[in-house]
Order: sequence, then structure tokens, then C-alpha cells
Amino acid sequence: MQDNLQTSSYKQLEQKSKYTNMFLRWFLYFVLILFASYFIFPLYVMVVTSLKTMEEIRQGTLLTWPSSLNFDSWLVAWGGRGYGAGDTFLRPYFWNSIKMVVPAVFFSTFIGAMTGYVLTKWRFKGDQWVFLFLLFGCFIPFQAILLPMARTLGVLGISNSVIGLVLVHTVYGIPFTTLFFRNYYVSVPTELVKAARIDGAGFFKIFFKILLPISAPIIVVTVIWQFTQIWNDFLFGSTFSFGEAAPIQVALNNMVLSSTSVKEYNVDMASAIIAGIPTLIVYVLAGKYFIRGLTSGAVKG
Amino acid sequence: MFKWLEKNLPKIVMAPAVGLIGWFVYGFVLWTLYISFTNSKILPKYELWGVGQYVKLWASRKWLISVDNLLVFTALFLIFCIVIGIILAIFLDQKIRAEGVLRTIYLYPMALSFIVTGTAWKWILNPTLGLQKMFIDWGFENFTFDWLVNREMAIYTIVIAGVWQSAGFVMALFLAGLRSVEDEIVKAAKIDGAGLFTVYWKILLPMMRPVFFTSFVILVHISIKSYDLIVALTQGGPGISTTMPALFMTQAAFHKSQVGLSAASAMMMFMAVAAVIIPYLYSELRRENAR
Repeated sequence: MQDNLQTSSYKQLEQKSKYTNMFLRWFLYFVLILFASYFIFPLYVMVVTSLKTMEEIRQGTLLTWPSSLNFDSWLVAWGGRGYGAGDTFLRPYFWNSIKMVVPAVFFSTFIGAMTGYVLTKWRFKGDQWVFLFLLFGCFIPFQAILLPMARTLGVLGISNSVIGLVLVHTVYGIPFTTLFFRNYYVSVPTELVKAARIDGAGFFKIFFKILLPISAPIIVVTVIWQFTQIWNDFLFGSTFSFGEAAPIQVALNNMVLSSTSVKEYNVDMASAIIAGIPTLIVYVLAGKYFIRGLTSGAVKG
Repeated sequence: MFKWLEKNLPKIVMAPAVGLIGWFVYGFVLWTLYISFTNSKILPKYELWGVGQYVKLWASRKWLISVDNLLVFTALFLIFCIVIGIILAIFLDQKIRAEGVLRTIYLYPMALSFIVTGTAWKWILNPTLGLQKMFIDWGFENFTFDWLVNREMAIYTIVIAGVWQSAGFVMALFLAGLRSVEDEIVKAAKIDGAGLFTVYWKILLPMMRPVFFTSFVILVHISIKSYDLIVALTQGGPGISTTMPALFMTQAAFHKSQVGLSAASAMMMFMAVAAVIIPYLYSELRRENAR
């Protein structure tokens, strides 16, 4: 009797928890999807707006689907309308950004790899302090270096040029790239390096023969991180360049702010997508490495 | 000579990084610090002038509004990012179907620039054709949503866009943290009769202290430096109602010929960041050395 009672109440409890569990599950998915729509909403709005005509934009709402796929605003955003003066479009600035990103990513990654290698495999007295010295560079608010940087670029004769921006991005990328490579090489057994040294391998041979072949993941992480940072930069671009040398984010901002005649939201949105698409593609293709850069590298010492 | 070169090769290879950072980071910060004690206007002057720029700065209404905005923004940005980030991380941690897709959606804003984000939100929030019109067309005839052009509310539009951009990042940090906890701990707690809620509230979240700390530091850092988003969304307006220190600094330096004053504001930002970062680096290094 006693036993029976217990089992039945136990069963009831289980039954109940099965329902609450199911309810919880639904609730879980509901909340997750709700947030997903919050995150996806602006992207959706950007895409549909860029495909509408201004007439459709005025008539419909943010969410209404365009009546036909109309890529005119994309063409205008990319190549302009072809009436010369005052016709701003993104194509030249897109190439400015490419010309800036490629060398800056290359140099900063290379310097970071070398420095990370020395800091972990050729340790010396006080190397911890050198690391800390470099690491602090990840955190300084760039406002504290804008004024002297502007003067320096002027003195060097490379203000308002892509070369100037390459220099700026290379320098201020070094703390991050060093951090990435240092943290990666720390976990490579030092015995490997020691054995190679005994065999008579030199500094560069060890790097190119032992470390570089196993560095692919961290190179990908670093390149993606630097690419995203530099492509998306606005502060340096807007401070140290204007007019023809401006990178794409600066051009986008100028295009959106320039208030000639009627505001064309469809062109604005098409421009924003063009400026965002390279980093978005990288994110979709190599999200894993992107996230690794964010979480492991973002600040960890 | 060759021997010396070989012996010092590692240091020589490292020299560019140390030299560049020494000059372009430390040297430049010191230069800015020095200029903040001078009476520089359009061009830097090098005679010392004392703390006049700092006095001027803290007497400036615009600066006080900037600091006020920064505090409001930072507080809300922190709370919303961390709360949303934790909720999403815990929910995603429940063996969810299509977790990968959801994670990708939550995090993609981090891949976009603040200018792109700002442009998109500016269009969505604009009172004539944006959200407001959408709700009116849906039949809510008296619906108004004019925060973007409302002095009192404009700062909150920056919070909306900022949280949208960064909450997924906090989710990623917490998810990584939760996943690194040993299954045994959770199992043991469940055997002891703890419900799921108790497991998270009493056991797992307290274990996430370092993740809280990291998120806090990164988010505060982002908010002190926030510049692009404001430029793209409100340009500090309406009026100067959404100005922030980073915007104040660049405007003073490059539009208003107040080089000394802008240097002083930059140093205030520097000190604010240092106050958060130095304890963080210290504790991180201690943790690493203890390992």
C-alpha cells in the first residue's frame, strides 16, 4: 500500500515534469527565435530597402517585400549616375580600402608572428615585461595618439594617402597580432625548438621549418581579425584622409550624410551593404576563426 | 661581429615591434599629455601653461554633457549586453537544434562596421518612413517613435544599436565559458536534487566570474571609445544631446582649433581606460603565472 502510493505520486510527478519540460522547451525556442529576429531584422530591412524604388519605400513599410528585384540602387551606389561633379559613389573608395587592407594586414601579421616567436621560443630576462609593454597597446584609446599621428604623417609627407593609413594600421595592429601569435606559440613544446637548436638550426630556419608549418590556424585567425578591424575602421580613416584617398567606411558616411536634394534610402542601404559585404563574407566562410579571434584574442593576456 | 649578430638576432627581430610601439604608443601618449599642459590652439605650442586646459574642460558644458552621456550609455550598454548575452548563452546551451545557425545570426553584427550599423539603424529609426510608419500602417494610428530626433531620447537609440552590435559577443564569451565547465559538476548537482535553474543560478553563473570580468572590461572599453556609431547615427545631435568624449575630442582637435583642450580630453579618456585595464591586466597576468 505504502509502496503503491509512493510510486503513483512519483509517476504523477514525472508526468507533470514532462509537461513543464515541454513547455520550457517551447519557451526556449520562442525566446531564441525572438532574439534571432531582432538580430536579423536590420539586415533584412537593409536588403529589401536596397531593392525597392523610392516610390515603393514611401508607400510600403520597412518589412514589405519589393515588387520586383531592382538592382538600380546597387549600380548607383557602386558606380554613380555618370554626371561628373558631385556624383559620389563607392567604387574608387572600395579599391582604396583594398589597397590599404592588404599591405597593412600582411605587415602587421608578419611582425606579430616574429615577435610572438621571439617572446616564446627565445626567452630572455624581462621578456614578460616586453610582452606587457606591447599588450598595453591593445587598449589605449586612439584619441590619445590622434594629434601626434596627424603631425607625424604630415612631417613624413604621407598624410591623406593610402600609404599613411597602411602605416597607421600596421603599427596599431602589432599589439593584437603579437598577442595572438604569442598565445599560440606558448603552447608549442619548447623541446622541439631546443632539439633543432642542438642540431644546429638557426633562428630563421627554426621559424620557417618548425613553427610556420603548424601556424596555419593562428595565421587565419590573425588575418581575419586584422582584416575586419582595418576594413571597418572609421576613426583613422576619417581623421587622416579625406577626398580621394578615403577608405570605404568614410566614403559611406559621406554619401549618407550628403544631403543633396531628396534622400535616397535605397541607395544608402545598397552602399551600406557594399561596405559591409567583404567582412560579412569572411564571417560566413570562416566564422569559427573569427569567433576564436574575438574570444581568445580580444583581450586575454 | 657575426657572433654578436647571431647572439642578438632574436632581439634584433623583435626591435621593430618594440620600437614602433614605444614611439607610436608611449611616445605619442606622452606628447599628448605634454600638449594638454600647454595653451595650444590651432598648432601645438610648447611652453607649459599648467592645468588650464583641464579647468576649461571640466567647466565646459559640452564636456559635462559628453561625460553624462557616456555614463548613461555605458550603464545601459553593459546591463543589456550582459543580460541578453547570458540569456542567449544559457538557452543555447540546452542542446538546441540549429544551434550553429542561431549562433551565426547572433554574432554577425560584430563583423559589420559601426558605420554600416549606424546607417542601417538610422534608416530604421527615422520617424517619417521607419518603424513609426510601420506601426501606423499596421493600424496603431497614434504610435510615435521619434527618439532619433528627440533630445531627451536620442541617446537611447545609440544604446539600441550598440547592444544589437555587441550582445552576441557576450553570448559567445559566456557560451565558451559554460562549455568549459566539467560535466561532472552539473551531474553531481543534479543527483543532489538541484533543478536546472538552481544549477545555473547557484553553481554555473558564480563560476563564470572571470567571464563577467572579461565582458565588463571589453564592453566598458568599447563604450569609452565609441565614436563611429554616434557619427553615423546622430552626429552628436540633436544639438549636442548625444555627444560623447571621443566625439568631443576629435571635434576640438580637428574642427575647432582647440588642440590643447582636445589633448586634455584625450588624456581623461586615457585615464578612464587605464583605470579599467590595469587591474584587469594585473589579474590576468597573475592568473597566468599561477597556472
